[in-house]
Amino acid sequence: MDVIKTDIAVIGAGGAGLRAAIAAAIHHPELKITLISKVYPMRSHTVAAEGGAAGVISPDDTLEKHFEDTVAGGDWLCDQDVVDFFVSQTTKELYQLEHWGCPWSRTPEGHVNVRKFGGMKVPRTWFAADKTGFHILHTLYQTSTQFKQIQRLDEHFVIDLLEEDGQIRGLVTYDLQNGIFKTVLAKAVIIATGGAAQAYSFTTNATIVTGDGMALAYRHGVPLRDMEFVQYHPTGLLGCGLLITEGCRGEGAVLVNKDGYRYLQDYGLGPETPLGAPKNKTMELGPRDKLSQAFWHEQQKGRVFETPLGPAVHLDMRHLGEKVLHERLPLICELAQSYAGVDPANAPIPVRPVVHYTMGGIETDIHTATRKPGLYAAGECASVGIHGANRLGSNSLVETLVFGHVAGESAADYALKTDFGNESKLTEDAQAAIQKATSLFEGNGSEFAADIRREMGKTMEEGIGIYRDEKGMQTTIDKLRDLQARYKNIRIQDTLGRVFNYDFIRALELGFTLDVAESIAHSALQRKESRGSHQRLEPEYQKRDDENYLKHSLAYYRENDIPNIEYSQVKITHYPPAQRLYGEQAEKSK
Amino acid sequence: MENKKKKFKILRYRPETDDAPHYETYEVSYRHETSILDALNEIRDTQAPDLSYRSSCRMAVCGSCAMMINGVPHLACKTFVRDYEKVDIITLEPLENFPIERDLVCDISDMVEKIERVKPYIIPIDKAKPLTEDFVQSPRQLEKYRQFAQCINCGCCYAACPQYKLNKEFIGPAALTLLYRYNHDNRDAGTPQRLEILNQDSGAWGCTMVGYCSDVCPKLVDPTSAIQLGKGASAFDYIKHFFKKNK
Repeated sequence: MDVIKTDIAVIGAGGAGLRAAIAAAIHHPELKITLISKVYPMRSHTVAAEGGAAGVISPDDTLEKHFEDTVAGGDWLCDQDVVDFFVSQTTKELYQLEHWGCPWSRTPEGHVNVRKFGGMKVPRTWFAADKTGFHILHTLYQTSTQFKQIQRLDEHFVIDLLEEDGQIRGLVTYDLQNGIFKTVLAKAVIIATGGAAQAYSFTTNATIVTGDGMALAYRHGVPLRDMEFVQYHPTGLLGCGLLITEGCRGEGAVLVNKDGYRYLQDYGLGPETPLGAPKNKTMELGPRDKLSQAFWHEQQKGRVFETPLGPAVHLDMRHLGEKVLHERLPLICELAQSYAGVDPANAPIPVRPVVHYTMGGIETDIHTATRKPGLYAAGECASVGIHGANRLGSNSLVETLVFGHVAGESAADYALKTDFGNESKLTEDAQAAIQKATSLFEGNGSEFAADIRREMGKTMEEGIGIYRDEKGMQTTIDKLRDLQARYKNIRIQDTLGRVFNYDFIRALELGFTLDVAESIAHSALQRKESRGSHQRLEPEYQKRDDENYLKHSLAYYRENDIPNIEYSQVKITHYPPAQRLYGEQAEKSK
Repeated sequence: MENKKKKFKILRYRPETDDAPHYETYEVSYRHETSILDALNEIRDTQAPDLSYRSSCRMAVCGSCAMMINGVPHLACKTFVRDYEKVDIITLEPLENFPIERDLVCDISDMVEKIERVKPYIIPIDKAKPLTEDFVQSPRQLEKYRQFAQCINCGCCYAACPQYKLNKEFIGPAALTLLYRYNHDNRDAGTPQRLEILNQDSGAWGCTMVGYCSDVCPKLVDPTSAIQLGKGASAFDYIKHFFKKNK
């Protein structure tokens, strides 16, 4: 078996992984960094982010305002010391990308421009048309190529971490191209593998977003924190679920029900704003959780369009005119035309809420360190504490930059003062992990991954959706247990070769996603209150309950059993919990 | 799905068991919205679990699923079965001009190496600029390179390129486009270093301006015009050096 020795192994080469690798390379140039991803870096799901990235630059903006929007947006489940640090770093990171060549959209004077975004008081969203994630990812990828100490293992799928005496010391990976396994012995490991939205059937997320890294850490004893908070983005394209960016609403697009009525005014987000004059934190620029919940209510009232592709409302931006649409939202025009046959200049786009983001993830401290020495996590896979119960749009791209940077430096510092450990023992453990994974090739089972995957996505949508109740969640929990049992009896059908064996990978991915799905369902069942994206239907749980639940949930993995759910304190420094207000209610409270 | 059906002829190859590629035929139902990628997923999930192909974003931005569709390089996620109503069968093959790995998966590492060879990063014009300031770049200056920064590295242009087919040393459309993109970014001072790459026989002069790369580009990047503009810069550079030498 091939053994690679490296100082820092980074799993995932999206925004956070690339930023971490670059930060480590600059921080300690003598270190060897191995960047491992199951896809080429430019295929990572960061590429699909559209709207933008938040950084305070407007004259009327302040770090405190960004802090307040983020904490209130997260329904006070954010760690305020971490948010403080985060907002202090985002603008610097965005300027760094400016210096690295990111083609930010400009003001007529040639300076970086910002646009309005949901839940933000002031325009602070940097954007590169509506392809911000694409440009950030390519800028980072291209920038990373100048650091020769970063060695990439593209199209390598990590099957397990290596651990010795409670310390993470490497990983085992399957090399798709060569059909072989490699052991990577590393002094520090950074997980930057993104979210887990593929646990759901209707999602904006790419098919690669299967929660691999979350499950790797979870299985090694690191709790997954706040997993019940799953973001439904209010505007997914009907049918395929592709993301129609919040940037549309930032530019002035409006949401109407089947009566042509701007229904958001009925849900604490009004009054209605004039067409073409979007207002911060009002109507269409409310936060994502509130907008998705409003859709759910409209559906209950029978006020949505019923179409062959399911229920929908209309996102109307005809009034923006062709010129603005093509300049500011070119990708949206292209997607709407290709995938829905709609030209947004002439017709509204049919949309509905769609699973978009996992607020929770691998528990880390402010330095991105997990409880396991040697293991770090950054980006969507991590829960560093900034999103709370609902993430604000344009905070996630900057999260990958700010905490990817921190992770790279933290891991580099750690790698300098540690060694490789007991190499022969670790290599033996790697062999055992390979044995376990390749037992799938023996082909004794009778269950097919595709069936289990489909049923998992369906039951998650049904039980752990925008609104939840105990009965529905319990049904999903029971179903997931059943799927876990069936998964043990899984059979891959492509057993004759190992080169680019996606049947094998997809079976392993499904195992990861199932574990993460269970952590989501159980964390949700235990939270008997409504907060942010977690809304309960039972009358007694419909309000936020700070007395009992101003706490992070922690899901601990138990082999062959349901997760154990515990809680930890939320760090409140100077912004005490208050009511979340939007629209004119927010104005009045001032 | 509706009752309309379509046949697919798909190139199959598993290096461990097959001496040579062969074709297999499948049939799937489709509706108006069904992309070639959706059809492939359906074939994999119901008929051919051992069928390998790359895919990820489903929205034509990650560049994974480029392949030959009836002999033309396309993204499978942005090509629709409905557009092949008039043909009896849709043939899917891995991208041309790259070595085949397995089924529809080819080895794109040569293209990736070339993309990384052109110094695709800012070589700063002002190293001392603090991280509290941007560069002034007017919308017009942005426009000079913006289109050429839209490449998703899918490889369609390499599959289309007759020069790359003949001569694998040719650095190719996507890499030359990226080179041009950085050379025309006013934040960058790396043009002299990149001109060395551009001026080589394997650089812009390897292109014979057939223009097929631009025809097939799913993001309308138009590598042909980037290369043409690059040739202009290269020629100017040559003349400049010629005069310097003769002074």
